[in-house]
Formats: sequence, structure tokens, C-alpha cells
Amino acid sequence: MLSYFLRRLILVLPVAFGVSVVCFALVQIAPGDPLTAIMPVDATAEQQAAMRAAYGLDKPVPVQYLIWIGNLLQGEMGRSIASGRPVADEVFGAVGNSLLLAAAAAVIAFPIGTFLGFLAGYYRDTLLDRAVTALSITGVSVPNYWLGIVLVIIFSVNLGWLPSMGAGPGGSQDWHWDWAHMRHLVLPAVTLAVVPIGIVARTVRALAGDILSMDFVTALYAKGLSRGDVLRHVARNAAATALSVMGLQLGYLLGGSILIETVFNWPGSGFLLSNAIFQRDLPLLQGTILVLAMFFVGMNLIVDVAQAAIDPRVKRS
Amino acid sequence: MTPLLQIDNLDVRFKGARTVHAINDLSLTLMPGETLALLGESGSGKSVTLKTLLRLLKEKRTDLSGDIRFDGTDIMTLSGRALRSYRGGDVSMVFQDPGLALDPVYTVGQQIAETVMRHKGLSRENAMDVALDMLQRVRIPSPKRRLANYPHELSGGMRQRVMIALALACRPRLLLADEPTTALDATVQIQILLLLRELQREFGMGVIFVTHDIGVAVEISERIAVMYAGQIVEEGTTHEVIRNPRHPYTQGLLAANLHDVARGARLDAIPGAPPSLEVRPDSCSFAPRCPMALPACRQALPPVLTPGPRRRVACLRAGETLAAE
Ligand SMILES: Nc1ncnc2c1ncn2[C@@H]1O[C@H](COP(=O)(O)OP(=O)(O)OP(=O)(O)O)[C@@H](O)[C@H]1O
Ligand code: SF4
Ligand SMILES: [Mg+2]
Repeated sequence: MLSYFLRRLILVLPVAFGVSVVCFALVQIAPGDPLTAIMPVDATAEQQAAMRAAYGLDKPVPVQYLIWIGNLLQGEMGRSIASGRPVADEVFGAVGNSLLLAAAAAVIAFPIGTFLGFLAGYYRDTLLDRAVTALSITGVSVPNYWLGIVLVIIFSVNLGWLPSMGAGPGGSQDWHWDWAHMRHLVLPAVTLAVVPIGIVARTVRALAGDILSMDFVTALYAKGLSRGDVLRHVARNAAATALSVMGLQLGYLLGGSILIETVFNWPGSGFLLSNAIFQRDLPLLQGTILVLAMFFVGMNLIVDVAQAAIDPRVKRS
Repeated sequence: MTPLLQIDNLDVRFKGARTVHAINDLSLTLMPGETLALLGESGSGKSVTLKTLLRLLKEKRTDLSGDIRFDGTDIMTLSGRALRSYRGGDVSMVFQDPGLALDPVYTVGQQIAETVMRHKGLSRENAMDVALDMLQRVRIPSPKRRLANYPHELSGGMRQRVMIALALACRPRLLLADEPTTALDATVQIQILLLLRELQREFGMGVIFVTHDIGVAVEISERIAVMYAGQIVEEGTTHEVIRNPRHPYTQGLLAANLHDVARGARLDAIPGAPPSLEVRPDSCSFAPRCPMALPACRQALPPVLTPGPRRRVACLRAGETLAAE
């Protein structure tokens, strides 16, 4: 198990390198001069050159990359051009908020999706199955920003039960585990959970249905096991695949919530990303993309290892 | 003596998109410790018969009628705990393809131990000891290590040994073996057959052995029942059936087989195909392929002739051949 983990870890290194190069290059090939956004229009040539030197933009590109990586390894991601604050602070604060939202959505979506999928798979081709399938198709195809707006209209505007903006009272940036903060999480998390509910339900339905029709399930009944025992076997067989789908979904939740974060003004990475793009804040953009990408890579590593731990057949291939 | 197993007038019909009258008025008796080969070509209903005995068919999609008694107990009405203790405790089953019949994500030891724990109420540790003992009995090399193996880590022959160990771990009184050697290489087939025969003698259990290989049937069984289109068309001791087959279908099988033994041919050497079973047979199902068919054979079900005790033939003309002797 440990050696498998180490092997996977070593395989991750080139991927991480590739990601960093892409992140770095992305900014290099982006059109326009990053400094024009913040420089006074009437800046002299000397002022421009000084600014360039201050941000290290006057050096050759490979050197810029090495400096960038060197700084990264020390936790130094440069300063945001727009706000002047350290990129690391901005990114980790925002990614933390996104993670919170993604985790909340996952906590809602994964159990519900699994339960619905299992029901549908067990009662395949019945009315229940068709209802779950219809529900999950709807969940996957409804645009979730639209759903977010509808929920806001119902629960914030009309009923006034839940807030619709920000991550805390009065736009506070610090998270606390109290109801005043958590009620801000409800609407965006529910909105965000709808797509993964559909995807997880469909995955689990297909898995459970396939496994239940396998010969070994008949053999389990033939040796006198109860339905509960048999379902435990089925769940164990489905776990590895279901888990990897959920891991991927968690990754998507983290990176794919730009629209939701915008609708709910949630101070997360998507929000930060769109700001960075509009303000041409290259260091910030770079840092955000890099952290999100590394998160994805890490997530995949965890899923792979967990899968190997659960399913004895995985280690071979 | 109470028969170990008594099946009377069993009917099994699959509902759904296509109706299949899989078993039609099947009756069969097995005495304790007896080994019976159930012989018949593909689709004749052998597997369905075994699954019905363990009540493994989906109730919603099947119509069952008739009477099955195991040691005098009515099996058709069993449910809940009683059904579970019957399955795997009194009667257990070895499947055709051990690669598909074992759970891929549990170790061999866990799978055997689980059965023992459920039926004998043993602790996990003691159940593992039983599992180890069973692996030794089915002569798996380095059994201790094998306990921790997953099915995909074993060869086909070893998996079938595991399957047999699992089936016998609770000392059932009846073993149902559904073509347990068909999926294996020829040399491994013989080893598994010998093993089964030996364990049958050691444990004294009854065995129903499904096969479409007459050679295998002769090797392993005392009695043979020949199935065609969901019915038993001929039954008797192995000696009687092989030496003196009465039903034209059995005769055809034997002729085809004896002729082709060297080539290892299967039963499908008789020209024609079995009926589709969409409707319940109301005349001799074999008539379209029967070289001896008379017009009367197509008008009513053939009478069942009983030329001796526990010997029967379902053929209109079986009496003639008898008379001719
Ligand atoms: N679950 C089911 N639903 C519908 N029809 C079925 C089902 N199971 C079996 N049948 C049909 O019942 C008939 C008997 O099938 P069975 O599996 O018992 O044949 P068999 O004698 O075991 O053949 P083989 O030697 O190929 O294993 C076949 O026509 C088959 O198509
Ligand atoms: S009853 Fe007639 S058709 Fe059927 S096997 Fe006998 S002779 Fe052939
Ligand atoms: Mg079969």
C-alpha cells in the first residue's frame, strides 16, 4: 500500500511541473501589458521601467519562471497588482471559502445522490427508477445559476428566510461556525449540489444495477445471506468507482462554481478568478489557477490511493 | 425412508417481454447420499431447475407451481430465516463459472468464513479456521496463504476448488453442481471431478450434477435423468440408461456421443433445435426431431412408461421397443 502511494506520488511530480509551466506560460502569452492597468496614463518611460523591474518583468522569461518557482516553494506567490496584497493570502483565503462551499455542497449531494442511485438501481425499470432518472437528468441539465436566482427569489426575496449575498453578516470575510454565517451557506450550497446529485445518482444507479445482475449476487443469496448482507457486498463492489466519481465532482465543485459564486457574491476562488481576469491582475490569476490545478492533482492522487485501498483489483493495473 | 428431495409436478414459467415455459411438469426423487446426473442440451432447463430448488428465481418475474420437499419440508413456502438457513446450510450450489460466482472484492477466506458464521454462528476467528480446513480438504496448495487471496489472484481450477470448499463448508446434505467443470481445461476438469466424487463419499451427501457431457455423467453418477424442453424424458440408474436407453432422444444422444467420443463432441449432434417453449407443450416436444415420430405423437403428451422401479420413459413408443426385446 505504502509503495503504491509513493509510486503514485512520484508520478504526480511531472504533472505538477507541467501544470506550473502551463500556468506560467498562460500569463506570458496573454495579450496586453499587465502594468498598463495600474500605471498612471501619463507615466514616463523611466517610471515604467522602474515598475517593470520591481515586478521582475524585465528579465528573460526562463529566469522569470525560475524566480517564480523559487518563490512559490517558499510560499511566496508575489503581490496582487490590483490590491498590492500578497497573492498567497488572497488565494488561500478565497480557496478556503470555495472549499467550504464545495464541501457543503458535497455533504448534501453525495449521500442524497448515492441513496437515490442505489434505490433506482435496486428497483431498476420500476416507476421509482424512472422517477429518479428523470430527476437526475433534470438536475444535470438545469443551468444552476438560473436555479440559484430562482432560489434567491423564493427564499430571500419572497420568504425572507435566508440571505442571498456574501459569506457572512455585513459582508464579513472571516468565517465562523455559527448560524449567522452558516445560513449564508445554505442557498449557494444547495444550488451547487444539484448537478452532483444528478451525476452521483446516475453513476450509482448504473453501478448498482450492473452489480446486482452479476452471477456472484445469485451465489451470495444461494449461500444463505440476507438481503442486507448482499447489499453490503454490492456497496463494497461499487465503492471504488463511486468514490472516484465523487472525487472528480469535488474537484469540479471547487473550480466550477464561478457562476454560483458570482450570483451569491461568495468570496471564493471563482469570484477571485473573475476579478483577476477583469483587472488583468496576472500574479493573482496565476496564483489562483495554480492553486486550483494543484488541488485537482492532489484530489486525483487521493482518489487513486483510496480506490486502491478499497478495491483489490486496482493495484494490478 | 424419506427421500432427501422430492419434486412433484413442478412448473416454472418466466413472464415478461417473452413468456418462457422453462419447466413443465417435472417430477424427480433423490434419496439421501445419491448422486444424480441431470443431462440435457443447452436451454433444456437444467439451471432453472437448480435455481428453483434454492428458490433463487425472481418472484416477480416467474410463476412457480408444484411441490418441492427437502427431507419432508415444503420448500415452496419457505421464507425469511428458514429459507436462509436452508440455502447454503442444507443445500448448497457450485456454479458453472467460478470466475463469476465469487465476489471479486472479498478474500477467499472472508467469503468462506462469512457463510460459516451465518450458518453455524461461529466467531470470525473460528470461521476462518473452518475455511482453512476446507481449503485443505479441497487440496489447494499453501492453503493458509490462499485464505488472504482475492479470486482474481487464483487460477480457474483453484477458484472452482474454492467454490467447492465454500459450498461444503457447512456440510450440506445436498449439493447442486451446475456444470462445475465446463469452464475449465480438460486436465483440470478431471481433477475437479475426482475431488467432487471423493468429497461426496466422505461427506455422504446427495448430489445433483448438471452436465451436457455423457462421459462426465457416467463417471460421477449412480443415476441419470435426461431433460428435454423442461421435462424429464428418461430416468434410471446410470447403468440402465447407458446400456438400454428407451427414449429416442437419449438414444440419439448416446449414438452421437459414442460415435464422437474421440473428438470430445457435445450433445448437440442431433439434427434440429429444441422448441422455443413460448407455449406450454401439449404434445411430445421431441417430435419435430424424432426419427420414430408417429402422427399420434403430435396430438397428445406421451404417456410415461415405468418399466421398473424408479425407471421411467416419457415416450409413446417406448413400450414397443420394450416389447420387441
Ligand atoms: N431469468 C430468465 N428469464 C427468462 N427466461 C429464462 C430465464 N432463465 C432461463 N430462461 C430460459 O429458460 C430456458 C432454460 O434455461 P436454463 O438456463 O435452465 O438452460 P440450461 O439447461 O441450464 O442450459 P445450459 O446448458 O445452456 O446452461 C431457456 O430457454 C432460457 O432462455
Ligand atoms: S413420443 Fe413420439 S415423437 Fe416423442 S420421442 Fe416418443 S416416438 Fe418420438
Ligand atoms: Mg445452465
